[in-house]
Parts: sequence; C-alpha cells; structure tokens
Amino acid sequence: MEAFKKLEATAASLQIANIDTDQIIPARFLKTPRSTNHGDFLFHDIRRQSDGELDPKFVLNTPENSRTQILVADTNFGCGSSRESAVYALFDAGIRCVIAPSFGDIFYNNSVKNGLLPIELNRSKIEDIWQTLKTANTVKIEVDLENQTIHLPNGTNYTFEIDAFRKQTLIEGLDDIDLTLKYSQLIRDHEKNNATKRPWTATID
Amino acid sequence: MSKPQTLFEKIWSRHVIFEREDGTSLLAIDRHLCHEGSFHAFDKLERENRIIRRPDLTFGIADHYVSTKAPELGNEEESLRIPIEKLTKNTQKAGIQLYGIGTPEQGIVHVAGPEQGLTLPGITLVCGDSHTATHGALGCLAFGIGASEVAHVLATQTLWQEKPKTMRINIEGELSPGVVAKDVILHLISVIGANGATGYMIEYAGSTVRNLSIEGRMTMCNMSIEAGGRAGMVAPDKKTFDYIKGRKHSPKNGNWDLALKDWRTLFSDKEATFDKEIYVKSSDIAPSLTWGNSPEETLPVTGEIPDPRKEPDESRREALELTLKYMGLTAGTQLKDIKVDRVFIGSCTNSRIEDLRSAAAIAQGRKTQVPAIIVPGSAMIKIQAENEGLDQIFIEAGFDWRATGCSMCVGMNGDITPPGERCASTSNRNFKGRQGPGSRTHLMSPAMAAAAAVTGRITDVRELTTVGL
Repeated sequence: MEAFKKLEATAASLQIANIDTDQIIPARFLKTPRSTNHGDFLFHDIRRQSDGELDPKFVLNTPENSRTQILVADTNFGCGSSRESAVYALFDAGIRCVIAPSFGDIFYNNSVKNGLLPIELNRSKIEDIWQTLKTANTVKIEVDLENQTIHLPNGTNYTFEIDAFRKQTLIEGLDDIDLTLKYSQLIRDHEKNNATKRPWTATID
Repeated sequence: MSKPQTLFEKIWSRHVIFEREDGTSLLAIDRHLCHEGSFHAFDKLERENRIIRRPDLTFGIADHYVSTKAPELGNEEESLRIPIEKLTKNTQKAGIQLYGIGTPEQGIVHVAGPEQGLTLPGITLVCGDSHTATHGALGCLAFGIGASEVAHVLATQTLWQEKPKTMRINIEGELSPGVVAKDVILHLISVIGANGATGYMIEYAGSTVRNLSIEGRMTMCNMSIEAGGRAGMVAPDKKTFDYIKGRKHSPKNGNWDLALKDWRTLFSDKEATFDKEIYVKSSDIAPSLTWGNSPEETLPVTGEIPDPRKEPDESRREALELTLKYMGLTAGTQLKDIKVDRVFIGSCTNSRIEDLRSAAAIAQGRKTQVPAIIVPGSAMIKIQAENEGLDQIFIEAGFDWRATGCSMCVGMNGDITPPGERCASTSNRNFKGRQGPGSRTHLMSPAMAAAAAVTGRITDVRELTTVGL
C-alpha cells in the first residue's frame, strides 16, 4: 500500500451532504477487477448531464480541478454500501485525502486500507475552507499526517484527530495482514480456549 | 461483583485476542459470509500468495448478480455470470461451503444466513456487505466490512477494530394498526438522522422491540447502517432460541444445551450504562415512507413534500431543491397524490415470509395497476410461500413472482427501475441511481408497497385494510 505522510495539493469543495458510495461509484462498475483503472468511474452519474456529457458545473469537471488531490466534502461522506471500489475510484482519479465533518464508517476504514487519508473536521472549519477555496481558481492545501495538521495558504492552521493505529498504517503504508500474522500464536490460543468454552462457535454443526 | 456490562460489551470482551495500547483490538471472528462481490478479497489473497485460515467458518452464498427471471446459471449476460463463477471457483479452491444457484439453501446472504442457523447469539459475524447488521437481530455482533477487511478475515479469521460507542434505542408501547417494523426504523432514522448513529453500536430495546417477531427485528437491525450505525442488535430471548432451534447449522445435541445456557446470559445488565440513550414512543409512528434521496427523508404517509423556501440554511435549501428536482416532486404535494411507475417487494430488509404474507393480504382480490415484482429472500421462503398459496394470490393480482436474489434493491443483476421512473420499494436505500441510473425510489413496508401496486399511487395501507370492517 502507498504510504501517506504529507501532501501539498490542489483542493476542491464538494458541498453536498450524504454523498453515498452509490454516487461515488454506481453498482454496475463493481464487477471491475482492481487491476483496471477505476478513475473514470468516479462520480460517474452525478458528474454527467442527462445526455451523458460531462456537466461543466460539477466541481471535478473544471480544468482547474483536473489535478485535485484533496476533496473538502460535507457531512456523512461515503455513507451506504461497503463497496471498497468507491475508494479505488477516488484513489485512481488522484484523490489522496478527503476532509469532511463526518464519514460513513465502512468507507472510512476502507480509505485507510488503501492509502487514502480521511480527515474528520468540525463543519464550521470545513465552511471556512470552502470559503478559502472560493478565493482563487486553484488553491493548494498542505496536509501533514505526522503532525496531524492542515495548512491553508492564508496562514490558517487546523489540527485533526486520527487514532494511532490508523495513523501508523497510513504513514508506514502497512499491510495489516502481515502485522496480524505476527500474533498467530495468540490467535491459536484464543481459538483453543474458545473451543473449550464455547464449542458450538468453534466449529459448525 | 463484576462491573455491569451491556450486551455488546459482553460479546466484545469474549472476542478480544489482543488489545493495543491505543485501544484498537484484534477481534476473533466466528462466522464469515462471502458473496460474489468478495472476488476483490480473493484476488488480493491470490496476488499475495496467502492461505485462507478457516474455510470451515466461512460460507459463500450467491445473491447480488443472480437472475430472478431465469435463475439457472447460464441464462444471465456474460458480464453477470463472471462474478457468480468467480465465487464458485474461489470457494471450491479454498474448500469453502457454497450455497450457489440452484441449491435449496441459497438466498440473499442476510436472509439465508440466519435461516441456515449460521447466525447465533453471542458470536461475531462479518460479511462484505453493509447490511450485515441484519444478523444482530439474533443477539450477535454482526457488521459489514470492505474488501481489504474481507481479505484480512479470510487470511487471519480476525479484524482490527476500534471499540465503538454504545447507543440504546428504547421503543415502548404497542404499534398502531398498519404500522410495522419498517415504519419503526424509517421513523427512527428520520429522528436521529442518516449519521445519527455513526461511531455507535446500537442496541434496540423496549416493549415494542420485544413484541416484534424475529423477522421484524431483522428489518430494524438491517437498516442500522442507514442511521450510520455499523451494527445493531437485540438481546436474544425465547423467540430467538425457538427461531434457531433445529436449523441446518444450529448447535446440535449436547452443544444445544450448552449454547442455550450461555445465550441466556446475553443481555444488558440493569445497571449497565450506554454512551447515548434514545427514547421513542411507538404511538408516534404512522405508516411511513421516504420522499427524498436519503433514508432520513421520511414522513408519515399523511404528510406532504417539504418546501425549500421554508429552509433557512442556504446549502440545505439548495440540496432540498436538487433532491426535489431529481425526484420529480413539487413542494406541497400530498404524498398520497404521488403516482408510482413500478413496485419492488424484496431485499434483505423485507423479503421474509412475514413480509410476503402482509403484502399478499393487500394483494388478495385486487389487481396491480403498474408492473410489480416480488422477490423472495431465499429459495426456502419461496417454497414456503408457494406452500401457503401466496404465489397464487400474487399471480392472480398481476404481480410477477420471481426467484430469490438481491434484485432491484441494488440493480446489479439487471432488475432495474428505468430512468425517471418512480418505484415503491421495500428495500433500504433511496439514493440517487440506486435502483438504476435516474431511478426514483420511495422506501416503505411490504404492505404499503403492495397497496401502491394495486392503486398505482402512494397509498395509506390503512385505507385498504379497514374497508369492510
């Protein structure tokens, strides 16, 4: 997995609450293997007009935002379906960080497993960032995971919270299966103990 | 005396293998259900040359891409056949039991799992699907996970988890006539919001929940994710034990008595505290439905479409205008005046025998005014419904009686609502494009959906059930 330490990149506002994973990637694209680039599937239906052409008003369709790596979104981003393809689509379209007041919980986990940093920030701060992003065609933001800070070009700094385990996973680009296999003996002990205490769960009748 | 514990804490603590200093725990997983979408996880393990640790605790069930018209494999388009065949190949290779197309155990994973006795009180159960919370109705910790976590469970039979906060939702009183579990959960989501339970594990409690059937409890737990909660659960009771006893994979012989003794300890202690408590009176709940693109946009059937001009917050006003535009609705319209183009009765939320019976009670002796399909939650439910003669009632009324699968809830098998059409649906999500690009979804109970089918518009089910009384 690609590690995430620090990023200075163009940011874009997506001021719509409850962007669910069906909107991030419609279900008909979920058959696609990971080896195929998912970037074109990102927001596939909501970024298009009814005639199928790209909607010039959709934020990521503007030329200024073609290299956006940071999305500043609204409440409950990534709610709904557990489809990890939603993260594949964001990642393959170049997005490395999503800042929002809250996230769908499974989406949040899926992001961390793929090197995409989800940042939870109070909505009033998000509104301030939206305002800042309106001041110029392209605005660069710096996100520093090590120090848990966001720097805006106007000099404003924010700190953000992330739990230590996820932070470590992202900074080291860690595959947690490798980490877990180091606990194999503990897993075996637990299984043995469980088989004695609750045999009906240890095997299936 | 030991510290009072919630039901969740009791289940959590018995599954912790190791707790890191930062509080993240390595949790043992007792049961893992896979479906066609799990191919991402199997692909990852193959790329990394990893071994599947406990194929004996893992089950494969085909549901998302299965055709409901011609269920035999080979009748679907090639692009849909591929994920089904991948599930067969991946499970065979790993020695995982598969309930594939044509087997009597097949069904929607969250319907078939409990039905086959794979879901038991006190266990941890995961599946790469957000509606896994359904299984919590039997008193277990069940939650949906993404593909990377599916791969992690396959490789280690564990998951790294941060301990969620706990929320108890207390619902007291008798439900009014025409009000069912679906109305309760839709009402709840409208009260606490689509992210009202984010970060929480929900326990549903109170006399209303106790009085619900196991099927009704499953409908409620199923939509926990629509309130942001990753898991929902109900303490197991005699109804739960009766439901489980004798099912294919339920504990047998000596194990049954041992299990029962343990299950009777699974409840929240009287003095246990929750991070949040919500109180709901069931007398406040009417037959309800969604009108927008988020499940929190729910109103009683007697309500009207809200007016964006009355919304003071600018971004919310704009969002509301966009929603009404997408849904093709005008502010002030009575919900009961809205015409529907089609009806879908099915999904892991509402496709169990009780759901089909309540829809049949409305359909009996009436005729559908719009295309309407009924998709039973499992092959077993389909047979049971046919033995009860429900299929004949539906067919005579003009409904299309289908084979089992996820179908038009998610539209992945080709059962879709065409662009611009309005569907009265018993599923769980009214998101933009969920039932197909441009589809407009109104979520409601099976009886309400059946009522919409026979009138061609949103209908208060009480108007059809009180006739002749």
